[in-house]
Amino acid sequence: MVFLQIASVHKAYATPEGALVRALDDVTINVKNNEFLTLLGPSGCGKTTLLKCLAGFEDMDGGDIILEGKSLRSVPAHHRPLNTVFQNYALFPHMTVAQNIGYGLDVAGVKKPERDRRVGEALEMVGLEGFGGRRPAQLSGGQQQRVALARSLILKPRILLLDEPLSALDRKMRESMQIELKNLQHTVGITFIFVTHDQEEALAMSDRIAVFNHGRLQQIGNSTEIYDTPANDFVANFVGTSNLFAGKVIARNNGLLIVETANGRKLVGTGDRFAIGDSVKLVLRPEHLRITGPDEPASDHAISGTITDAVFVGSVVRVHVDVGFGRTAILHQKYDRRGLGSALNPGTAVTIVYSPEAAHIIPEGA
Amino acid sequence: MIAGDTISTRKKRALFLLLMPITLVLGIFFLIPLGIMITYSFLEPGLYGGVEWNWYPYNYGRILGWPLNDYEEFEPIYLAIFLNSLKIAGLTVLFSLLICYPAAFWVSRMSPRRKNFVLFLITLPFFANLLIRIYAWLLLLRPTGFINSLLQGVGLIDQPLDMLFSNFAVIVGMVYIFTPFMFLPIYANVEKLDYSLVRASQDLGAGPVQTFLRVILPLTAPGIIGGSIIVFIPALGNFIVPAFLGGSKVQMTGNLIERSFLQSRDWPFGAALALLIMGSVVLLLVIQFARASRRESRGAA
Ligand SMILES: Nc1ncnc2c1ncn2[C@@H]1O[C@H](COP(=O)(O)OP(=O)(O)OP(=O)(O)O)[C@@H](O)[C@H]1O
Ligand SMILES: [Mg+2]
Repeated sequence: MVFLQIASVHKAYATPEGALVRALDDVTINVKNNEFLTLLGPSGCGKTTLLKCLAGFEDMDGGDIILEGKSLRSVPAHHRPLNTVFQNYALFPHMTVAQNIGYGLDVAGVKKPERDRRVGEALEMVGLEGFGGRRPAQLSGGQQQRVALARSLILKPRILLLDEPLSALDRKMRESMQIELKNLQHTVGITFIFVTHDQEEALAMSDRIAVFNHGRLQQIGNSTEIYDTPANDFVANFVGTSNLFAGKVIARNNGLLIVETANGRKLVGTGDRFAIGDSVKLVLRPEHLRITGPDEPASDHAISGTITDAVFVGSVVRVHVDVGFGRTAILHQKYDRRGLGSALNPGTAVTIVYSPEAAHIIPEGA
Repeated sequence: MIAGDTISTRKKRALFLLLMPITLVLGIFFLIPLGIMITYSFLEPGLYGGVEWNWYPYNYGRILGWPLNDYEEFEPIYLAIFLNSLKIAGLTVLFSLLICYPAAFWVSRMSPRRKNFVLFLITLPFFANLLIRIYAWLLLLRPTGFINSLLQGVGLIDQPLDMLFSNFAVIVGMVYIFTPFMFLPIYANVEKLDYSLVRASQDLGAGPVQTFLRVILPLTAPGIIGGSIIVFIPALGNFIVPAFLGGSKVQMTGNLIERSFLQSRDWPFGAALALLIMGSVVLLLVIQFARASRRESRGAA
């Protein structure tokens, strides 16, 4: 049986101007038990709305949410076996850290000795021993985030919903919390549904990623699937950097597709489900492109162009190449400590090659 | 740079200068009259008004039963009236709270335009003179007034209800006058209540009643306490409402004070009554502050 079924959920909001915002448009996801699922998408794409529907703070316009075969549709928020870590943490300012963490147990009628013991354990789990007597206002952002986490986890929910819990933290803190959260999820064995608009965070933490845009599910898959075989333009551009070349499929050759661009350039890539004559786009990641050396044999799917810019960004050099017909390709060239050299000066004519297996083909206009 | 001229000393100096005028005004127009009142309450009343400069604590004896001399006797009616005043002020607080608390939530969820309009409506009564507004209640409540005619017309009652000149009428008038003073502090508090906390409470398993008692009520308590204090204090000393709507049947300490000063011209006795009210209010505030600061220190510990 599917653990949690999010079955064609719809939700629209009326704006004050009378227009309708489709915050969730026919969203269907089957969530597995003990999975770390990330909802990824730009601001306003409906991530929080989906969490609200799951937690029971918002009625759905259509569809259903089914946990282990039981619909949650008519279950009020306070009876759902899910807990939320809110976008702004929502810690009770009039209670101490210990009271905040013990709130759920207190409400459930757990007696004080038992409650104190479990609050102590929870504080230890998130590394906040000795902070129990403080007020939330006396904690740093990262500490508040841990309190919010402990407050939810102490109730041992079936599913923990996390709404951008790391967005308020600085980069270092965020990276260490990513690892901690991931480890925590392993130890407690609870399904995490984690919201973020940071694609690196999503790629680093998730078992699976659900990419959203404008309230619609664009693609769901594990990190490498999302990165290597994006389903459409949006995913290709939102997750990582992509060079997109539009064209028509003109031939099929050993599982490879030959795509001809509008100006007659021939490119090669992989993709099934396309027939000759289909309009498609070729997705090339910057790290899959390489500038050829001077004495390399010519390749039949090379792209020629002129360097317009080369920027050293740390581990690689990001090179912008004008490939004609108004397109710029971005590629990552290895940096080998001999300086950028004159080979990457703007104005240099270069030939770019790629391996056809790395060139993923998506439908045009998807 | 001069040694010691740090940001904090400069801030202190600026604060001192800024607070100077209000300190002077309060000192001259509040503390000095208060001193006069306290002094007069311990002086002997003059035969035709004014005071005789003799130590005379017996004004308090008339009210409290101690100390007494040959001329002054304990008149329990004053304490009874004082207790009734406490009751009326307390009930005024209670009823205006019952009106304002839910209303504040209602208004806080309105669109900004409607909100501003409603807030304007709440201040609207201040545009009309207080006496006229109280007098209007007299017309509404009297036996041949609007409410009785209406009820009789509908056939709910045969005889007109005797509403005027009772605690009921006084409380109605007081609640009417003081509702805006209760509403505004509560509204200011409710308005900034973070609804995500309400959601967090539900999320953690608390039903509506638990959420109200454990989250909403504690977080809006400062507004409730503030509003209650702002209503209770003037309600306790009010004399206009009981004068109009209480007639000779309902007296409040405010009426006694007014009469001692203006009619019987017994200034020391009036001053003693006024200080009694003030003392009880100060006592209440001290208790409240002590409780609040105890809670603060408990939270920080
Ligand atoms: N109560 C509401 N009334 C009207 N529109 C709303 C309401 N809540 C959300 N929306 C709209 O629904 C859409 C989705 O909002 P949602 O909060 O789910 O976005 P999000 O993906 O969580 O964004 P972010 O990353 O910024 O938190 C947005 O366009 C938003 O303006
Ligand atoms: Mg959000």
